[in-house]
Amino acid sequence: MTRGAGGNDAGGHGGVVVVGAGQAGVQVAESLREAGYDDPVILVGEEPRPPYQRPPLSKEYLAGKLPDAELALRGDRFYEDRGIRLLVGRRAVELDRSGRVLTLDDGTVLPYGHLVLATGARPRPLPVPGGRLEGVVGLRTLDDAQELCRRLESARDVVVIGAGFIGLEFAAACRAAGLNPVVLDIAEQVMGRAVSAPTAAHFAEQHGLRGTRLLMGTAPTELVGRDGRVTGVRTADGTTIPADLVVTGVGVLPNTELAALAGLDTDNGIVVDEYLATEDPHISAIGDCAAFPDPRGGGRIRLESVQNAADQARCLAARLTGAARPYDALPWFWSYQGDLRLQIAGLATGHDHTVVRKDERTQGLSVYCFRGSSLVAVESVNRPADHMAARRLLASGVTVTPEDVAGPEFSARAHMARATDSERRAPA
Amino acid sequence: MPKVTYVQQDGTQTVLDLPAGTTVMRAAVAAGVRGIVAECGGNLMCATCHVYTGDGADGVFPGATDDEDELLDCTAEPRRDNSRLSCQLSLTDQVEQLVVHVPGAQT
Repeated sequence: MTRGAGGNDAGGHGGVVVVGAGQAGVQVAESLREAGYDDPVILVGEEPRPPYQRPPLSKEYLAGKLPDAELALRGDRFYEDRGIRLLVGRRAVELDRSGRVLTLDDGTVLPYGHLVLATGARPRPLPVPGGRLEGVVGLRTLDDAQELCRRLESARDVVVIGAGFIGLEFAAACRAAGLNPVVLDIAEQVMGRAVSAPTAAHFAEQHGLRGTRLLMGTAPTELVGRDGRVTGVRTADGTTIPADLVVTGVGVLPNTELAALAGLDTDNGIVVDEYLATEDPHISAIGDCAAFPDPRGGGRIRLESVQNAADQARCLAARLTGAARPYDALPWFWSYQGDLRLQIAGLATGHDHTVVRKDERTQGLSVYCFRGSSLVAVESVNRPADHMAARRLLASGVTVTPEDVAGPEFSARAHMARATDSERRAPA
Repeated sequence: MPKVTYVQQDGTQTVLDLPAGTTVMRAAVAAGVRGIVAECGGNLMCATCHVYTGDGADGVFPGATDDEDELLDCTAEPRRDNSRLSCQLSLTDQVEQLVVHVPGAQT
């Protein structure tokens, strides 16, 4: 008998069907097989190509440093070798929970023992007129990235709407292509609330020094065009910034429609518990689309990152093969913006105090974010060793105070080593 | 064509025939070799594609840069003299047979 994958008794009834063939979907399929799960595993992807990596699309890929062939998440034979049935170019359109059956847009009917929703997110549409003009492009899929690569060859005036990770990564790619983009955002601080003020200020300064014009606190009101092609971005103060290419990066919306249609609870994502289970014992949700309880007590959160997708997939695969544990991984993120390489460990949300450590030699810095006297996040720029050590520190629960970090000789690695060393020596 | 053997802690081996130009890390990820996590995608920003080099590695790769050297101090399993980040091991036709040992943990 094979191990069941459902809440309690779902083994044998169609195995595991995964909706979404991104980072989370591929990882859950792989981890199920690694754990010895041998019922059918079916992976359904909406895009008409095998699963690929998204992070490089706004970075190395745009810069022409990564050929298409290297974008694949796994090699050609990976799925077949593991008995993972890959159905690409198909969309799930109907979910019958009582019959435990999923229907695809081509009429294919897939019974499931357990259904994994790894449906991801899509770019939030720009809430101003003119968003459909030619030359206005979002950035989520390989098709988007290929279109941008083509347009960058002839573009002269590039405006980026949204100074978040994607917008700033794209701005760096524009500079690599010899363009000086204008980036505007309604917020006063770049990268919104995702980073602390010192990190945001550093990035704003460095992007400016490298040739990007940042217009913060600036709201676009309309995209204007001629003959159906974009020619400019009008802002709230009445100015029109010339543009023949407008890239929008104003956040994403979780893909919750299938879940909502089937009557599952959604609230900025598909609502799941600490085991990543929805209210239906035969359905779970992971990755960008899942709203889950923050194990560090921040209420219900939804994270958009490779780490979150992959770690939630591993956690779910473990539960479906009999090793249930609550999801409690430490979040981490990265954003490479040209030669500025940001890595974040933990969640800075709600921090009230920062300590900044600069490395004069490498021009790197690390920002330690505290809530009260607890370290909640560390943001590092071009300091990968700090980042790796910070992740260990945050995951271990070793005490670090603002005074420790402000000390002249502080390094995350040495602090961690000292703390674990003294623990080892302490009597049991 | 370079032939790379990935050896797991339990002795399991994966042997891959690879084109020159790829890296020991990228080839492992594409083939789903267990234990090569490579979470930063080969940008020298993490230390999760750590390997211990074995037979066939002498003199065919450039030495570790300062950045790689610093990250090798951050590996999950202890650093040894033969520790490398596999994203920095580019395969050329000079590499004939290479053995790498995959550590038990990367994160």
